[in-house]
Amino acid sequence: MSKSSQVRAKCEISLSVNGQLVTVRVHAMERLLDVLRHELGLTGTKEGCGEGECGSCSVLLDGILVNSCLIPVLQANGANIVTIEGLSTDGRLRVLQQAFLECGGAQCGICTPGMILAALHLLKEKPQPTLEEIREGLAGNLCRCTGYMQIFEAVAEAGRRGATT
Amino acid sequence: MKNTRIVGTSVPRLEGRDKVTGQARYVDDMVLPGMLYGATVRSRIPRGEIKKFTFGPGIDWKEFVIVSPKDIPGKNCIALIEDDQPCLADGTVNHPEEPLLLLAHPDRYLLPKAVEAVSVEYDPLPAIFSMEESEGLSQIIWGTNNTFKSYLIEKGDVDALWKNADYIVEGEYTTGAQEQLYIENNGMIAAFDAQQGLTVWGSLQCPYYIHKALMKLCYLPADRVRVVQMETGGAFGGKEEYPSMIAAHAALLAMKSGKPVKIIYDRMEDMTATTKRHPSRTRHRTAVSKDGRILGGEIEFTIDGGAYETLSPVVLSRGALHAGGPYYWPSVRIRAKAVATNAPPHGAFRGFGAPQSLFALERHMDRIAQAVGLSPVEIRRPNFLKPGQTTTTGQTVREEIDLGRLLDRALELSDYHAKKKKFAEENQQGGSKKGIGIAAFLHGAGFTGSGERYLGSVVGVEACADGGVRVLVSSTEFGQGTKTVLCQIAAEALGLRYEDVGIAQPDTQEVPNSGPTVASRTVMVVGKLVQSAALGIRQTLRACGLLEDSYSPEEFCAACRAYVAEHGKFRSIARYEQPDDVVWDEEKYRGSAYAAFAWAVYVAEVKVDLTTYSVSVDDFVALQEVGKVLHPVLAKGQIIGGVAQAIGFALYEKVIWEQGRMQNGQMTNYIMPTSADLPSIRVYFEELGNVHGAFGAKGIGELPMDGPAPAIVNAVEDALEVPFDSIPLLPEDIFDALAERVD
Repeated sequence: MSKSSQVRAKCEISLSVNGQLVTVRVHAMERLLDVLRHELGLTGTKEGCGEGECGSCSVLLDGILVNSCLIPVLQANGANIVTIEGLSTDGRLRVLQQAFLECGGAQCGICTPGMILAALHLLKEKPQPTLEEIREGLAGNLCRCTGYMQIFEAVAEAGRRGATT
Repeated sequence: MKNTRIVGTSVPRLEGRDKVTGQARYVDDMVLPGMLYGATVRSRIPRGEIKKFTFGPGIDWKEFVIVSPKDIPGKNCIALIEDDQPCLADGTVNHPEEPLLLLAHPDRYLLPKAVEAVSVEYDPLPAIFSMEESEGLSQIIWGTNNTFKSYLIEKGDVDALWKNADYIVEGEYTTGAQEQLYIENNGMIAAFDAQQGLTVWGSLQCPYYIHKALMKLCYLPADRVRVVQMETGGAFGGKEEYPSMIAAHAALLAMKSGKPVKIIYDRMEDMTATTKRHPSRTRHRTAVSKDGRILGGEIEFTIDGGAYETLSPVVLSRGALHAGGPYYWPSVRIRAKAVATNAPPHGAFRGFGAPQSLFALERHMDRIAQAVGLSPVEIRRPNFLKPGQTTTTGQTVREEIDLGRLLDRALELSDYHAKKKKFAEENQQGGSKKGIGIAAFLHGAGFTGSGERYLGSVVGVEACADGGVRVLVSSTEFGQGTKTVLCQIAAEALGLRYEDVGIAQPDTQEVPNSGPTVASRTVMVVGKLVQSAALGIRQTLRACGLLEDSYSPEEFCAACRAYVAEHGKFRSIARYEQPDDVVWDEEKYRGSAYAAFAWAVYVAEVKVDLTTYSVSVDDFVALQEVGKVLHPVLAKGQIIGGVAQAIGFALYEKVIWEQGRMQNGQMTNYIMPTSADLPSIRVYFEELGNVHGAFGAKGIGELPMDGPAPAIVNAVEDALEVPFDSIPLLPEDIFDALAERVD
């Protein structure tokens, strides 16, 4: 690292990511998004806008859906984080992922990880969501490809198949 | 159309598993050892001469790699149609986002501060920001007359029309800039090695456009430039030409530093500096008989190209060729012009000029209806193009399209007549007003005129050592399902299973140039070439005695293995040949503008809230004839996605300009539709087939961008009885118009 970079002090942060305890030395105000992507190599979490509008960087923090671009990593100290990589650890797709695949819920794929986490969060709260509940539940996650309809279908289908299992 | 096994079914998206598990690799997910991060110093004035750069205090400039125009080994331009756009401004600045210098450093967090610390002194020059100022020639900022390109399309004797016309209907219609707003920002990585040459990996639509631009810029031969597409997070035309600029910048930094360099734009840089849809102005003057027949007319179509030519001539061409829509014009004169302003160049965006000229036409049809005293349905039906009639360029309609029937079906699906009556009654009271509107339109598939012949696309299919075949194309996947559909086509052609076919990642070192992934051409044009290249494999295997006339997929795969084991690598190549019935006169702009058209009638139902003046779309019917639907889920996804983007174009997405700069380059203040904003978009297909496309397919991707905006604005007029001729149509525009009416 260059001299210019050394001035920013680092601290030690411990958190559980997808069930694994990790400790990283990072700047306290670094975004959780950057720590996941750069320090831990979990590049499934995407940056779309960097200001909490698009939801591409959505992850679950202690079960709550958050935009990881708005979370200073210090705030995640001791927290339990779930990213897209944590969903199919045994190589098998989750019901929700399979439904996205079948219904056309993923096109270019860049909003998909965040969208799937938002949908998973919704299905945990409401296992059989109505269309209105799906619209509302996903309103913080922008998709420019699909016009959302096939994402709604995927989430409703996953609900019918029992997505939380 | 004959029965098919794989084509026409919704097989799993080829790269879908990677996308739903987060494993798909986009350019920002890739890190190379020793990699630096790059950033761009841009002009902040619209026009002027650069006097001096100052590298300010507080930054250790020795740590930075700095690239200026003198570091460019070849020609300082982004080669496209004309070489007029510099890679880095050399002396003169023509728009307020023009790249001036490039910086690179190992620590990405230092770059924004360093960019801020570079100050530039200019001698400012007067700038122009509107089409009218550009046409007024108060300042000449491009060429001799600020005009990138103009076209004239003439059919019949327009000047003789006016004296016999029962009605002459005039109108002027405008559309604003629109940002593509793919969710993945632009990005590139470049690496240079004296032996191997230059390699770039990135988010892009057209690998060979970048290849061509880098050869000229870096003065390298074709085999020393390699372009690789990474998974691409949306494009919509927005990654057609600008990625050449970013690749060029990353390449220059990599060549100077000797290290790999990554440039990833943040959202604001992507929105403000890269291309957007061309703003447009269309004027119509139409002669109409008392029974509502179009006798002919004049159409003047003008687009704002920004500071450099880039793709404006081609966008202009498509806009002009769609300006007459799906109607029969006994005579017509279309004058089209692309003009220069001191804004960043406008560029490719789904629909490519057609959404602009079709918005004008379909609004104008409703205006004609009112003038004549007919309904929107009654004015359209008798004027529809019929098989055997000719388009504005004199192209004979050979498809058995029945637009009247398409219209009837759309009216039925939307319950148009009953709703129109019901809304008219209900609108007498209440705090909101409802309306219903239609738009009929067409979209030409593939490159315009002789474009496909000039491209001469090449496609390969190779037999693999492990059995099965692999498709080799430079056509890119960015959400549409390119890989999936091309693999379906090859599997269908060869009687294989979908799983037996693979496809190479677009990499100019490995795949032939199958042309750019634009113009709704991939399934129709490239797909047809995949079909014929695939058949070449079978022919060879049979000629060698490795394959019987009838065979199972297993036998085919065994024959591939046997062939490769004995003879080595085996590729079958197909090259585009213009069909005999596609004849185009580039000079006179006459003939077959497109090998095939897709046709559509859309119906929009809206509600205008009279407290907030906001418009909501409550129901949307999209009915289209797109030839054979090769993959129902993907095709439906294309239509819904296009309609959603066009709803944004009509009602939400407004670029605020000041001195040639976009002022709202954030998702916070440039508003695209969310999941809570859209109606249920109901999609229906008719399948007539198409002799020029793979298994009867036509283009589909751009069509849905063309019709929603006029259908919606027609519906708003139906609700409020006030005409609106400009989009985006925001609540404040409606408020102003209604306030004016009260006054």
